[in-house]
Amino acid sequence: MKEPGWSASAWAGQLALSCLLLLGVASADEAERRAAMIDEVVATQARYGDRPFTPETLAALGHTERHRFVPTEVRDAAYANRPLPIGHGQTISQPFIVALMTDLLRVGSGDRVLEVGTGSGYQAAVLAELDVTVFTLEIVEPLAVEARARLASLGYDRVTVRHGDGYYGWPGEGPFDAVIVTAAASYIPPPLVEQLRPGGRMVIPIGSRFHTQHLMLVEKSADGTPTVRQLLPVRFVPLTGGH
Amino acid sequence: MRHLLLSERAHGGWTLAFAVGLLAGAALAYEVLLVRLFAILQWHHFAYMVISLALLGFGASGTLVALFREPLLRRFEWAFPSAAMAFAVGAPIAFQLAQLVPVDALELLWSPRQWLLLGVLYLLLALPFLFAATALCLALARPGAPVHRLYGADLAGSGLGALGSVVLLEVMPPWPALLVVAAIGAIAAGVGALACTLRIRWLVAAFLLPLLLPGLPRDLGDLEISQYKALSEMLRVPGTHVVAERSGPLGLVTVVASPQVPLRHAPGLSLTSKAHLPEQMALFVDGNGPSAINRFQYDIRPFAYLGDTPEALPYALLDAPRVLVLGAGSGTEVLRALWHGAVAVDAVELNPLVAELMTQPFADFVGDLYAQPGVRLHVDEARAFVARNQVHYDLVQVALVDGFGAAAAGLHALDENYLYTVEAFGRYLDRLDDGGLLAITRWNRLPPRDSMKLVATARATLEASGIDRPADHVVLLRGWKTHTLLVAETPFSPGQLAEVRRFASGHAFDLAWLPGMARDEANRFNVLDTPAFHDGARELLGEDAAGFVDAYKFDISPATDDRPHFFQFLRLGTLPELFSKRGAGGLALVDWGYPLLLAALLQALLLGALLILLPLRALRRHHQGTEPARRWTVFAYFGAIGLAFMGLEMAFIQKLVLFLGHPVRAVAVALAGFLVSAGIGSLAVERLLAWRREMTVRHGALVGIALLGLGYLMLLPGLFETLLAWPDAARIAVALAVIAPLGFCMGLPLPLGLRRVAAHAPEALPWAWGINGCASVVGAVLAALLALHFGFGAVVLVSVWLYLLTAVCAP
Repeated sequence: MKEPGWSASAWAGQLALSCLLLLGVASADEAERRAAMIDEVVATQARYGDRPFTPETLAALGHTERHRFVPTEVRDAAYANRPLPIGHGQTISQPFIVALMTDLLRVGSGDRVLEVGTGSGYQAAVLAELDVTVFTLEIVEPLAVEARARLASLGYDRVTVRHGDGYYGWPGEGPFDAVIVTAAASYIPPPLVEQLRPGGRMVIPIGSRFHTQHLMLVEKSADGTPTVRQLLPVRFVPLTGGH
Repeated sequence: MRHLLLSERAHGGWTLAFAVGLLAGAALAYEVLLVRLFAILQWHHFAYMVISLALLGFGASGTLVALFREPLLRRFEWAFPSAAMAFAVGAPIAFQLAQLVPVDALELLWSPRQWLLLGVLYLLLALPFLFAATALCLALARPGAPVHRLYGADLAGSGLGALGSVVLLEVMPPWPALLVVAAIGAIAAGVGALACTLRIRWLVAAFLLPLLLPGLPRDLGDLEISQYKALSEMLRVPGTHVVAERSGPLGLVTVVASPQVPLRHAPGLSLTSKAHLPEQMALFVDGNGPSAINRFQYDIRPFAYLGDTPEALPYALLDAPRVLVLGAGSGTEVLRALWHGAVAVDAVELNPLVAELMTQPFADFVGDLYAQPGVRLHVDEARAFVARNQVHYDLVQVALVDGFGAAAAGLHALDENYLYTVEAFGRYLDRLDDGGLLAITRWNRLPPRDSMKLVATARATLEASGIDRPADHVVLLRGWKTHTLLVAETPFSPGQLAEVRRFASGHAFDLAWLPGMARDEANRFNVLDTPAFHDGARELLGEDAAGFVDAYKFDISPATDDRPHFFQFLRLGTLPELFSKRGAGGLALVDWGYPLLLAALLQALLLGALLILLPLRALRRHHQGTEPARRWTVFAYFGAIGLAFMGLEMAFIQKLVLFLGHPVRAVAVALAGFLVSAGIGSLAVERLLAWRREMTVRHGALVGIALLGLGYLMLLPGLFETLLAWPDAARIAVALAVIAPLGFCMGLPLPLGLRRVAAHAPEALPWAWGINGCASVVGAVLAALLALHFGFGAVVLVSVWLYLLTAVCAP
């Protein structure tokens, strides 16, 4: 005998409700983990950096759902402060380094940013959270296709992804207020410097795939002269006391 | 007793010894090939750790035979060929399965899952070693077995296996070479079966198996190169394709063309450069790189970009120079010399495959670069060439041959490199004419490391040549990605210093050291928080350089021929600080070779202890009479021999590498020399015992090892220096003559010990074999670690001491 209330539709309703609840729990869970990640990034910067990250940078990181940018097999570690493999020989940088690069770019509402090396699209999404328009180039086609679909599905309509060679930049959309080059290059392509607006900033991480060793910051002065700064993410003094 | 059913040949004759030799040779060749294959798939330091651990299969065989001695020996005639055949079949299968394990060397620090996968990898690769070593151990453990003869065959076979593996790599890529090795394993199984009277079945299997090998699917030979290696990265760029590939003992050389997206490789090119890059192809060795192959059409004018990197600095100071390029590779430095109007260029390249590619299939593309007027290509090792060739130059240019990625990750930390030692700098300076320059370029790293070690090395060299004010003889220029060090025997003139300043400011490069420069001249274009390169160079060329080196958080003390680890920068004391700062990217500052060596040592010690302790219970159960004291002597004796043999072997192989000039062939000759002469020593045990008492023979061997070891330590550097200019064959003969007496003596203690164990406690023999196997693995890693800190001289001293220790703990 069937118990009242346990009809097929009731089962379906229960199931739907459970799924919704689970989803809610899952996203609440992700939000919590993301908040914990931000806390860790803030604490790390307080301990090892020279000045705190801006609230805008932290808010952008806090709004970007990092777990949606990594493959399912490493999703558990999406909010750990570590680099993650995303396939095709690419990685998604450690959140601390993403925060540092975003902060260094000093972009704000209405700015235009060029990114060379889209990867998963995470860095572009973080930038888009700052209310800037992002033009991003990726040379590995499957990555470009995946990132475009992912960013579109998450509603990042201010990010345009194109598959192509980053060397020439994106002449039709320049000049840019900021450029970020995450693709490995043996030298800085002159067209990218040219497409940087006077007063604009370019950030280039240098190191291996998993470890950003230092950052290059190219600043273009009002008269168009570029100056370069080399920054170590971690405050590290190579000498002990006495010298 | 079933073992009495063995044929006379199996028991005392040479057939089984031959099978043992074949199998031992195949196992050693398998080891060499695995190192080669994993260096291609992943990175060399990772290969080193994986294969070290897999070799514990040798230790595990002792444990296995100790635990199942009775049943295995009862079926010896079946067990020996089965184990040998399991090696033959298992070696290629284990490698193919290992390729499927998605271990990612770069992720080890972040992901516990990776350690689990690493464990699976160890296990897979250890199995073939376990099979081969079990067969060898069984042969030795039979009651009445001629231990000295079998051990002698084991050593001699291993020696020939080392040599054979290099010969195989000369003629074929590593994967087919591995199949040949498997076939030799199968033949060993067949010969073993012949010795055990089990002829027909085994012989058919043994000789059929090799016949099946050519029938394997072709794509099994494709190597799954790590997705993070530079070659894999390049091949993801649309339109790229491999246009040539060569395989040899020095590596897999790959040339990639990228017609769709032009390759633009100009590391450190000035931001002010307006020059265009020519068409390029990329050259990779073992998937690392790239270096650029420039299209040259007999017109040097389009190569202006070569004047816009820090490497061009020496040419700003020299007029129509005669140039020696060390590490010529794909020819960029030769083109740079030609672009700057060099009148003669001697280009030295170690790898004959690179030379062959440049002079044959790509001769058109590179415009017969190496046949241009004034250009001569020498396929040789750099130090050997410098020692042999008495020509003088205006410029000795040490090219930037390694890729940035590997350098940045500190993957070369364990490499012995004789290009950047104090002695090497001295030889380079000897080759310079009056007013000549030595120029060395390396990648920048923050905090400064390579640059600081170069300056420290330059100072040590200049002081050794009696120069009072080394600071006047050094210039260090820093670009945004690379730095170039200039060293001269005569102080830089005011005119030259003005040229350097002009070159630096014209290209937006920074002065890191220039005699007489002010601190505010440094750090202008590529701005650091502090002028760290300049401050470091000033200290290193100042009064308290030693204090500065000691206080620096990275090891920037100069490398020497005895401690040739230029790329080892990590100090153990700094590791906790870097690890604690991992959240802020601290791990990027760690040179990975060293921590992985420590990890290998730790794992080898833990696993080795487990493998050694496991059979003790069985031993106790089996033989109540074996006193703990005797067990300790077995442990101490065979452990010490395992550690010391590897220590001496590794130390003298290193001494020989420089002398013999060619790293891979040198290692093969030295290894073969050591193992074969030790094998002959072991074979001679019986005769020696007929002549003298056992204790006299053993003590004689130990005294011989001590005298030769210490004597060589003192005399060899001078002897080798004198004879370095001799032709190859003569130097190999000298090397073998030097090795043979030492190897002979080193071959005696183990069979002497095994004989005693076989006579008094035969059940402990497999255990002794296992201890020796584990100690050899630990010994190899320990020797590398000791050499890194204290030099190879210290490794010799410790090894000799360990040998002498065995005099008081003979079983």
